[in-house]
Formats: sequence, structure tokens, C-alpha cells
Amino acid sequence: MSEQSDIARVRNFSIIAHIDHGKSTLADRILEYTGALSAREMHEQVLDQMDLERERGITIKLQAVRLTYPADDGQVYTLNLIDTPGHVDFTYEVSRSLAACEGALLVVDAAQGIEAQTLANVYLALENNLEIIPVINKIDLPSADPERVRGEIERVIGLDASDAVLASAKAGIGVHEILEQIVSKIPAPTGDLQRPLKALIFDSHYDAYKGAIVYVRVVDGVIAPGVRMRMMATGAEYEVVEVGVFRPRMTAVDELRAGDVGYVAAAIKTVRDTRVGDTITNADYPASEPLPGYRRMNPMVFCGLYPVDSSDYPLLREALLRLELNDAALRYEPETSSALGFGFRCGFLGLLHMEIIQERLEREYGLTLITTAPSVVYHVYLTNHSMVEIDNPSLLPESNQIERIEEPYVKASIMTPKDFVGNVMELCQEKRGAFIDMQYLDETRVTLLYELPLTEIVYDFFDRLKSGTKGYASFDYELIGYRPSQLVKLDILLNGDVVDALSFIVHRDKAYQRGKLLCEKLKDLIPQQMFEVPIQAAIGNKVIARETIRAMRKNVLAKCYGGDITRKRKLLEKQKEGKKRMKQVGNVEVPQEAFMAVLKID
Amino acid sequence: MTDGLVFSESPRALYVHIPFCSSKCFYCDFNSYVTTEAVRKAYVESLLNELTMVHNEYFGVGARPQLQTIFFGGGTPTLLTIDEFERIAKRLGELFVQTTETEWTIEANPASMSLKKAQALLHMGVNRISFGAQTFNETLLQVIGRLHDAADVEESVRIAHDVGFHRVNLDLMLGLPGQTLDDVDESVTRALQLGISHLSAYGLKVEENTPFAKWQKEGFLHLPKEELEVAMYEFVQTRLRASGFEQYEISNFALPGEEARHNLHYWKNKPYLAVGAGAHGYVHGLRYENERSLVKYEERIAQKVRPIAEAHVVSAEEAMEDTMMLGLRLQSGVSREEFRQLHGKELDDVFGPLIKSLCERGWLLQDHQRVWIPAQYNEVANEIFALFVGYL
Repeated sequence: MSEQSDIARVRNFSIIAHIDHGKSTLADRILEYTGALSAREMHEQVLDQMDLERERGITIKLQAVRLTYPADDGQVYTLNLIDTPGHVDFTYEVSRSLAACEGALLVVDAAQGIEAQTLANVYLALENNLEIIPVINKIDLPSADPERVRGEIERVIGLDASDAVLASAKAGIGVHEILEQIVSKIPAPTGDLQRPLKALIFDSHYDAYKGAIVYVRVVDGVIAPGVRMRMMATGAEYEVVEVGVFRPRMTAVDELRAGDVGYVAAAIKTVRDTRVGDTITNADYPASEPLPGYRRMNPMVFCGLYPVDSSDYPLLREALLRLELNDAALRYEPETSSALGFGFRCGFLGLLHMEIIQERLEREYGLTLITTAPSVVYHVYLTNHSMVEIDNPSLLPESNQIERIEEPYVKASIMTPKDFVGNVMELCQEKRGAFIDMQYLDETRVTLLYELPLTEIVYDFFDRLKSGTKGYASFDYELIGYRPSQLVKLDILLNGDVVDALSFIVHRDKAYQRGKLLCEKLKDLIPQQMFEVPIQAAIGNKVIARETIRAMRKNVLAKCYGGDITRKRKLLEKQKEGKKRMKQVGNVEVPQEAFMAVLKID
Repeated sequence: MTDGLVFSESPRALYVHIPFCSSKCFYCDFNSYVTTEAVRKAYVESLLNELTMVHNEYFGVGARPQLQTIFFGGGTPTLLTIDEFERIAKRLGELFVQTTETEWTIEANPASMSLKKAQALLHMGVNRISFGAQTFNETLLQVIGRLHDAADVEESVRIAHDVGFHRVNLDLMLGLPGQTLDDVDESVTRALQLGISHLSAYGLKVEENTPFAKWQKEGFLHLPKEELEVAMYEFVQTRLRASGFEQYEISNFALPGEEARHNLHYWKNKPYLAVGAGAHGYVHGLRYENERSLVKYEERIAQKVRPIAEAHVVSAEEAMEDTMMLGLRLQSGVSREEFRQLHGKELDDVFGPLIKSLCERGWLLQDHQRVWIPAQYNEVANEIFALFVGYL
């Protein structure tokens, strides 16, 4: 059947772009141009399927789609487009999609030029030996300067940009040429139909009727319904029920062959069997070696997630299990807080990843959650010469047992217009950064290299960077190891009791100021109670800051409204509704935001 | 089903709404209109018809049940003419039995009370007058949009007393824009000098769709700080107690035996009839609200239909919550015996754990007879009421 394509006429590619540089719009135009969807069926940004993605204008989960393209050479090609997330938090997802491709479009905004995160993804693609096709997008903007950007691509990345496509995804300019370059420049997949089946799982999702559905790139051999397949890492075996491709809706086909990208359904009930990065083979004719797979990304930021309503705990566990299925970077384990009850300590790749998981849990599963302030993983060396990893500040051992604490450091590269270099350096200084290097990209743009404690990046670095550079700076970072620091644990006491969920670890020199600001912030966030509530910040037994929430003095309805009891009742019900998102800690009602207040105090 | 009286007891209280004023005060969101004599006359006709309809529906044609309390509220009921009052009084006399024990209150604006009208009202059987004095400070009276001055209040109370009204209430407002503790002192002092038997002290609440709400939004309304308003309230409590008044409800003070029995019906979650545009009644477990618009109200009555705009059937649980939410406003709190009579259940069997936890925090007190809010939590009582609402 026509779905079966000759491997020589298959092209697998992804799109690398910085947020806002027009990746989703370009993907839409390509879909439209190849007739995968008619213009009428198109609604903006088809590939970004999650509501959350469309609202935030970013891609979180990768998506795949299969296109048919009759090229100028008279041949009909099958193009598999695998979408990639653009944010630094999702590097892991990017590496997954790149591993399933032979080429990538590098989309750069004709006005803004290359950004730090784009650079990171390009290097990832180069490491994977992908053919890169530069596309200079938004050339119809008044501020576009395609020649400058062309020079930048050559100088900064070292790619030949003489053939770079000048495009405007929005206006539909350059789409034909992009497709032609995909066909002519990106190599066809190499793969052998005769060899034993090897298919890389690069994603999956759970379908209530079909069980877990795995997204695969077939490297060798053929997979079809009836085949007994084996997951090489877990050893689990299933009979294939259906295979298909994304056009972009899931469409069943007879078989998937070497070079193809598609999905496999096999009534897989145990979601843990479908490990992303694993290799599928044919149980009756198995491959001897699995594909290299992925390096599992280690979460860098941890926080506690607790349901406001404690009876939602089982639902939260179920929801995390579902999300973990296709988000291998998400980690969680049960934990208990004396203030918040039962919940989970969760690990994320970064702050955005954390926010998105939290939002998905709230939106898709109807949960109301309390998130504790994020923490990095500290290496705590004890006087008995052992080392413990601490990702929850409240678990930090007593100071007399601690010999030293080491914290994770990152190397951050920050691209900024040179006018803002002063602001950026000031920010990095304040964030305990060590200056490494400064390079001019051209006359107007600079890359600054700093070594910074990861925890300082977690705390509002990105927002401050953006506001200090009028939104022009971009940045990327990589972990470079652990270094000893003068760190202390700061406890917060409400009404005299330590609230474990509010404890955090901070540099000694900043402890006093942070403690003071946090007490002030909490005073604003926590509503007045019927009694006076002291807020204290303490290191060990020593109180370093104190604020007081005065007792509520007045909340009463005097009038009887000529017997209108319903109105009285409604007012009280409304008042009660406002308290639903609060957690009772001891006798004090604490709103959700208070637990994140530490993030917002600089 | 509950065995209590809450849904079966016949109403013994009647509220009559007179939705007319000479002008609208800037804080007021009650249902009232500034309108013409013709409109008022037509309204009285409709009101008479509604009285008959309500009577016949709940008691049957020809029955003459006894009323314990009647309350004419507004608006400004004293804007009605003597003739109009007499027509209403006549109809009431045909439908209900009133005795010397019946408390009949009328709300009055100080500027709208003449000697003749006072005499006529007393003659009809009205035995209690409630004046909306609000404050004795001339500037403040203008700030809140009242048409009378402080001397009008004194004159009106004097007339009422001279005519033979023994029971006179004054309303005072606290927390008015620019009000000081001295103003409150002066108002309370002058009120007490008049020899009244009852005083209500209300905190101003800015209601939506009033001039005050608009000014507040625009930043022109400068209300006293919370601390000051609390100090005003505490000042009133102290001064009235020293003058022999008892505080029997969050906003209400009376000489012994002079409590407003009509309002006690509300606080004790007893049923009450209501007639008039925008009036709220509660009969046999049904809370109803009449049409607020005069046109709609009169249309419905012309069609011989009760002019009910919204109605709500109270569940047994909601009724028990209401008993708490309302009863705890009283200084005497909720009586265990009265709860049992109303709901056929023991108070502790229904709210035991909540009452226990609140007693542990000191937010409630209890003994074998009753449960009440300690005086120091009067001003934050909503926090406690809210715990009962939706508890069941």
C-alpha cells in the first residue's frame, strides 16, 4: 500500500528554535503545505496539543507527524517531523527527538539572532551527527537583518550558512525551499529490513482503550500486528495489536519498516514496561544488542507537592504515575511533612519543568496543590566521614554533626546586548557568581561566562536577568560539580512552631537578609487570624528576624437586612470558599502562595 | 424528617416593607425608591391584596391567627399618609388578632415624623418606634446623605415620648467617613439624654451599587481604620453598659425587658411572614424573596399571584446551621433546649466535635443550657459563623 515507503525516500527531521522564534508556526505551515491538514482544518499550532503549551506558546511534550511531499525531482517523499521543546529545562526531551532523526532545521529569528538555548540544542544535534539546515525566519519584520544573522550562524556555530533559507513562516515565505532542502540535504535513514527488529521508544502516552501506546523510530527490520515484541531492557513481551503513523492524527498502517517513525499499540497495561529509550525487538527473531538509548537526566530541582485536601493523596499518586510514564525526567517519592501531611518529594529538570508539572496536575487531574520552595541537592559531609545527599532542607542534620556542605555549581553562558553587560555582571555578582570569560559575538552582542551556585539560578535569576536586559538576554547552563559553601538552614516559626515546609538552606552571608524579607513577605501573605501570630526566622535556636500578624479585629455583619438570611449565608459561604486554598498549619490558616514566598523575596 | 418545629411552626411575626424614601442615602442598598404620591397609593393597594393572599395561603380564609410582632421597615414607612396607614391597619385587624402584647414597630426618619402622625400611629396600635438617627454630627449627616439634622432627631424623639410611645430605638452608625471617637461619644451621649429604651449600633458596610462603593473605588471614600472602628464599638459597649443597657446581640442594646422581639424571631431562626416589594419571608422551611421592582410586584399581584421572585427550600441540615449562624449572634447564644425543640435533635449530636474544638480554642463557651461566643470575639464573629455554614 502507498503508506509503505522506500527507505531511500524517507527523511526524519526535527526543528530547533528558541522560544518565540517561530517554530510552531513553521511546523504548521509545513503541515499545511504538504496537505497533512487543509488550511480549513488547520487551527493555529497543531503540534502543540496540550492547552498549556498553546497558552504559554511553548512546546513541552514532543510530538511526531508524518508528511507526504512530492519533491521537485518528481519523487514522492515521506517526511517525519518530530517536534522538540525549546526550553533549557527540556534538553532531555530534545535529545530524545534528535536521536530519532537524521537532520534538523535550525530556526533563527532574523531580528534577534542566535540565543543561548538554541546554541545548546544545536550542539546536541551536532553530537548526534545530524545534518543541520539553517532557516532565518521572520524576514518580513521591519527590524529583520538576515545578513547579520547569517554571519552570526557561521561565526558562532561554525555552520555554512550560505544556503540558509530566508523565510517567514507567518507569511508562508520559504516553505517550499525548506522542504526541498530537507529532501536534498538530510540523508535517508540507514537501516536494514532483513536484520532483526530494532525500534527506539522515544515517547509514549496512555490511552484508556488501547493501553500504553509507544512512539518508535524503527532502525532495523519491520514491525507489524501479530508480531511478538520484546522490550529489551525490561524483558516484557507483548503481541502487537496495531501499528500506525501520525498524520497528524493516529492512523493505523500495515507495518512500520526500518527508517519509519510511528506508534505501536499492544494492550500494554503496565505502564512501567514502556521505558522511553528502551529498544523493541522481535521476540522470535531478537536483535543481539539494544540501541544506545538515552542517558537518564538527573533532576536538579526538588520540591514537595502536597494536596490541600489530604483525601486527594491517592489521586496525586495516580496522577504522578501517569505523568512519569512519558516524562522520564520526573522523579517522585512519598514524604511526610508535619505541617502539610502526606505528599511527595518530586525532582525536576528546572523551575519551568516544575511549574508545568504542577499546572498539569492541577488542570488535568483537578488537584489543588501546595508546592514547597524548590531546593537543589546538597552534599552534606558529616563528622563521622560519611556523606548524605539532602534535597529537603528540613532533613538537614544538626549543625554539630556537619563537617561541611557542598552545593551544585553550574557554568552559565549568558548572551546579552552589550549595553546591559553591567546589569548582568551586577546580577551575577549578587548571585555569588564567579566571572570566567566574556566574548563579543559581534559589535553589539556579548556572551558572558559565569560559574554560579545552582540554587541562585533557581531563585528568580531568570526573571531578574530578563528585567535587567529589557528581555534581550538569553541564558543556558550546565552542571559542573559540587563545591563547599558556608551554608546554613533557616527555619521559619509560625506561632512558635517550626513549619518544616518553609525551611530552606541559604548562604550564611545572606541568611539575615533573606530571613527578614521572608518574614515580611509572609506577613503580607498570611491573612489575619483571630489571634496574634508571630513569624520568626531562626538559625538553630537563634531567632534572627521577627514579624507579627496582628489579630483580626473586625469581621462581622451588623445589619439584619430585613430578614434576608440567605444573603448573610451567602456572604459566609463566600468567605469560606476563599479559605479552601489554605492549609491549616497548627492553628494558623496558611495560603498556598506562602510556601513559595521564599522565591519571591529578592 | 426532623421531629422538630422548624418546618411546621406557624409564623407569628410579620414584616411589611415600605420601599419609599424622600432621598437615597449614599450608603444604602435597601430596596427603596424616591417616587410620586400616585405610585405610593397604587403600592398600598397591592400591599393590601398581598396581605390577604399571604394570610389565606398560610392560615385559610376566615382564620384570625394571633401575631406576636409586626415590623414596618423600609425605606421610610413614615412617608405613608395617616390615611394609608389606617387602611393597612384596618386590613391587619381583619386578618390577624393583635393584643396589647403584640409588639408593633415602625421605622421612622427623624424628619418625617409629625405630632399628628405619631398620635395616629399610637392609636392604630403601633407601640415601638425606631429612628434612623445614624449620628448627631451635622457634617457627618451630610456626608452620608441624610436629609435631617441632629435637632430633628431630638425633636422627633420628644414628640414620640410626648404622644405616649414608651419604646423608642435609635440607630447609630459607626465607621462613617471621617468619623472620630469624639463624634461617637457625642452621639451616644445625646442619644442617652433622650431617654430611649433601645439602641442599635451598626458598623458601616460599603455595599455594591451604592454611591459609597463608587467613591471607594475611585479613592474618595476615607473610612476610619479598623482599629478606630473597633475602638468606637468598644466605646459604645462601655458607655451603654454604664447607663443600664444590656447588650443582647452583636449590634443591639436594650434596657432590661426592652429587647426588639421581632428581630429575636430572626436570630432564633423562627418563621416570619413578609409582604411588600423586595421583602424576605421564611415560612414552613421556605425562604422567599419578593420582586424588588414595583412594576413587577404590582403586576403579579394584579394577576392574583404571590409576587415571589426567588424561593429556596431549606434542608434540615441547612436549618440547623442557620440556627447556629443566627443564634450565636445573641449574647445568650444558642439554647440547647430551643435547638432540641426546633430540630428534634441534641445540639451536641449534631455539632459536638466542632463546638468542642472551638471551646478548646476559646472561641466558644458552653454550659448545660447553652453555647455562646465570648464577648471579646463579637467583632470577628463571622469567622466563627463561617465554620458552621456548610459543616453538615
